Amino acid sequence: MPIRSLVKADLYKDSVALMRVAEALTALSGVRRATLLMGTQANKAILAEAAMLTPEAIAARPDDIMAVIDGANDAAVDAAVARMNELLSGNLAAERGAAAERAPRSLALGVARMKDANLAMISVPGAYAGAEALKALRLGLNVFLFSDNVPVEQEKAIKELAQRKGLIVMGPDCGTAILHGVPLGFANVVRRGAIGLIAASGTGLQEVMCQIDRRGEGVSHAIGAGGRDASEAIGGITLMQGLDLLAADAETRVIVLLSKPPAPAVAAALLDRAAAAGKPVVALFLGGDSAMVAGRKNILAVRTLEEAAERAVATLRRRATPSRMTRAPSLAGVKREQARLRADQRGLRGLYSGGTFCSEAQLIWRDLGLKTRSNVPFDKDLLLVEGQKGIEHAVVDFGSDEFTIGRPHPMIDMTMRVERLLKEARDPAVGVVVLDVVLGHGAHADPAGVLAPAIQKAKAEARAKRRYLSVVAFVCGTEQDPQRRSDQENKLRKAGALLASSSAAAAWAAAEIAGFGKNMAKR
Amino acid sequence: MTKQLIARAPTIVNLGLGDFAATAREVGAAALDIAWRPIGDGDPRLAWLLAQLAGDPADPESPGARIDRANQQAVARVLAAQPMLVDVVAHAREAFPDMGRTLLHAGPPIAWERMCGPMQGAAIGALLYEGWAADADAARALLARGEIAFNPCHDHGAVGPMSGIISPSMPLFKVRNDDAGNVAFTNINEGIGKVLRFGANGPEVIERLRWIETALAPALKRAVTAIDGGINLKAIQSRALAMGDEVHSRNAASTSLFLEAITIPLIQSDLDDAMLREVLRSIDGNSQFFLNLSMVSAKATMDAAHGVAASSMVTAMARNGVTVGIRVSGLGGRWFEAAADTPVGLFFPGFKAGDANADLGDSAITETAGFGGFSLAASPALVQLVGGSADAAVAYSQEMYDITIARNPALALPRLDFAGAPTGVDVRKVVDSGIRPVFTTGMAHKVAGIGQVGAGIVRAPMVCFSQALVALAESLGVG
Repeated sequence: MPIRSLVKADLYKDSVALMRVAEALTALSGVRRATLLMGTQANKAILAEAAMLTPEAIAARPDDIMAVIDGANDAAVDAAVARMNELLSGNLAAERGAAAERAPRSLALGVARMKDANLAMISVPGAYAGAEALKALRLGLNVFLFSDNVPVEQEKAIKELAQRKGLIVMGPDCGTAILHGVPLGFANVVRRGAIGLIAASGTGLQEVMCQIDRRGEGVSHAIGAGGRDASEAIGGITLMQGLDLLAADAETRVIVLLSKPPAPAVAAALLDRAAAAGKPVVALFLGGDSAMVAGRKNILAVRTLEEAAERAVATLRRRATPSRMTRAPSLAGVKREQARLRADQRGLRGLYSGGTFCSEAQLIWRDLGLKTRSNVPFDKDLLLVEGQKGIEHAVVDFGSDEFTIGRPHPMIDMTMRVERLLKEARDPAVGVVVLDVVLGHGAHADPAGVLAPAIQKAKAEARAKRRYLSVVAFVCGTEQDPQRRSDQENKLRKAGALLASSSAAAAWAAAEIAGFGKNMAKR
Repeated sequence: MTKQLIARAPTIVNLGLGDFAATAREVGAAALDIAWRPIGDGDPRLAWLLAQLAGDPADPESPGARIDRANQQAVARVLAAQPMLVDVVAHAREAFPDMGRTLLHAGPPIAWERMCGPMQGAAIGALLYEGWAADADAARALLARGEIAFNPCHDHGAVGPMSGIISPSMPLFKVRNDDAGNVAFTNINEGIGKVLRFGANGPEVIERLRWIETALAPALKRAVTAIDGGINLKAIQSRALAMGDEVHSRNAASTSLFLEAITIPLIQSDLDDAMLREVLRSIDGNSQFFLNLSMVSAKATMDAAHGVAASSMVTAMARNGVTVGIRVSGLGGRWFEAAADTPVGLFFPGFKAGDANADLGDSAITETAGFGGFSLAASPALVQLVGGSADAAVAYSQEMYDITIARNPALALPRLDFAGAPTGVDVRKVVDSGIRPVFTTGMAHKVAGIGQVGAGIVRAPMVCFSQALVALAESLGVG
């Protein structure tokens, strides 16, 4: 087992540099030990202790490098010597790290780098998101808080601080917003215009924006508030701030205010604020008492998302709102579907990825006198329990917590909805299934491409049982969205779905196909 | 009003899904991604506490603004410090009259039974040196019976490298901070090889200690006290940073500068020629001689900044070989401790990774004051300890700016265009960024008496800082 020692005369290297070379040599196969030291007396003593002090090393001078290599065989030692000479000749920094700029490791460090930042966009896990929002406010930033599961006490604390500081917190659980044409979160590509939106409802906001876009008008700003903002605990802080901002904004000529029914005190405060906006406000408290809104100056009460868009556009164009808001697909289409169902196939099902659509369908069907169960019901008695028998009508929000914990949102992963569609197809009492298809940034790249084969399969299963299954679908999106609305609609149509022009139209058409109500306008 | 939501187009900092920022950028908005990870090793409660302590100049009554003001006050004392070597105390017991049979040691408090090998070895050596025990076995028995008291150096305004053992008969350097008037002490570096601080306690070690006590210390005392106003240690440290030292693990330049400062006073101090040669040679032959002086300079500096109410600035970081402890200016004498990591680095011939003891010594006081790992940009040679390039040395210093309060203009880093060294660790910034202070350090063999096995780099544990943050929140009534 050879120990070889060499002396590199008159070559000074820092001891650390020498240790580094020794380490590289020891890493070579067949090398048991390798040591490089300057030839000082102290270093010779170290070599002696390690039983590596050879005659060559003894002869070395303080300005020489002593190298001692202990290897398994001559070949290994030769290789080590060659490598040593290479390393000593200069390039020790083989793994020179790229001097790429490090990403900032905290919000504060980010703001130190981007001094004109005015918005923090936060989508980290909910348990940490409130803290990040609080830090953002302390740094003087507004907050777009996409994360959900933020404790309500934290939401209250950050919104109260924001209010004191003249900043705004959009969220938590704020799915979308558009500021100066910049989309935040899950946003559709809509044209810019004069309608400003403030909403405590993500998919509701998306649908109204898309319907405005379809009518040829555009959005100044769309501000989200988060689903809990209108609750008594939060008091509508963000909704009110948003109303004030849009009221003061020169670009905005008509405002749309959108929320689940606020707590009564919150509703009153919001409506007072809206009435004082100095410009028309289209208000939709989805599921609320419309009497609450009616009869106030400047405020136009509506009942569906599509109607909110229609009224906003009409007001902007100084036209009277059309009296009929039934926008069911062509009568022929509805009639044809109706004719194919058996008389006992009267069950309605809505399988939604958007929570607001699920709420809206319940309301529309309730107005038609139907009893609709849901995992997120307006009336607790109508809670949908899995495996329940004798259900007449049901709608499911697949974006609800019980479906999203530990899995992607149904706008991205449609597995759960596809499974449920096939299950409903096997139920002989079910006549019509409604599906939403949400487009835009952040949504699935081709949702219709996934749903179309599932629709075909569901229809084939029904056909095998000598039944027909009617599928009504609507696309929440625009032609400018990455998925392109018309492409998505064509795919669904080819699979046999009846296409509705809006969420409300889909709910009405489904009811009509199943034989409930004909003229939904005169409510 | 420029911060108002729709006053102008959004300029975004993004935490979380990168796609969101990419979408905003597609339409021309500026969006910066933050490399986010859960705060404080994943504790949502801590994250919320930290957020409540965030600074906010626009809200002077907020707890965070109060902390910021306190930190400015504390760091101003660091920047103003003037540590001068003014004396050599003949025996530690003269500096600490109540010492009795106490041994001072490095790091936070630790009992004999829990001490690491090198510290136990050094304690045994100290008993032999003091004549309290006739041999190692007797010393061990005495220690096991609890007849010898232990106390951290830090509690006495002192610091010691590695095991940091200071016994009553050992001579000490005395440093006075001319700005604040406080004093600090350290022992005299013994050299390399078999030395007490690494746990060696053989006859040659004890003999060397006696020579330091009876020959070196008196000589140095004569020379030091002859210098009007003492020796300006900060000036030496500052010059050494421009000469390749970071004055923690590398002290070659600073030792030379010290030698330069002391040589003529030594020559003028009436030593006989043989003694003069011996003293000069002992300093000249020990490139780590200045380490203890660098440490005591930092200690005199940081002690002056301790005790500023509400300050979150770290005033001590120290290791006893088992735990790492930190002290915070606004949180009194309390240590915030966590298990010490083992340094990563390079080993002397015949030693391997498993031989090294966990992080040990008071020398991280140098990092606390902005030297060592924080000034690694000044010492590219050292970064090879962890296989990095010269650029990596700079990156370490740049990273430390992210967790510190100020740049010390007296400590210019040439490789960073003479930017001041990152100075004054803010507990909040460590927890917020997840960036832990980096120490350059020697590595002791875990078995007492074998000595130094290599040198490397190690970081302070996050738990020290997260605990301190909780205590700070408590002290300010934030919960």
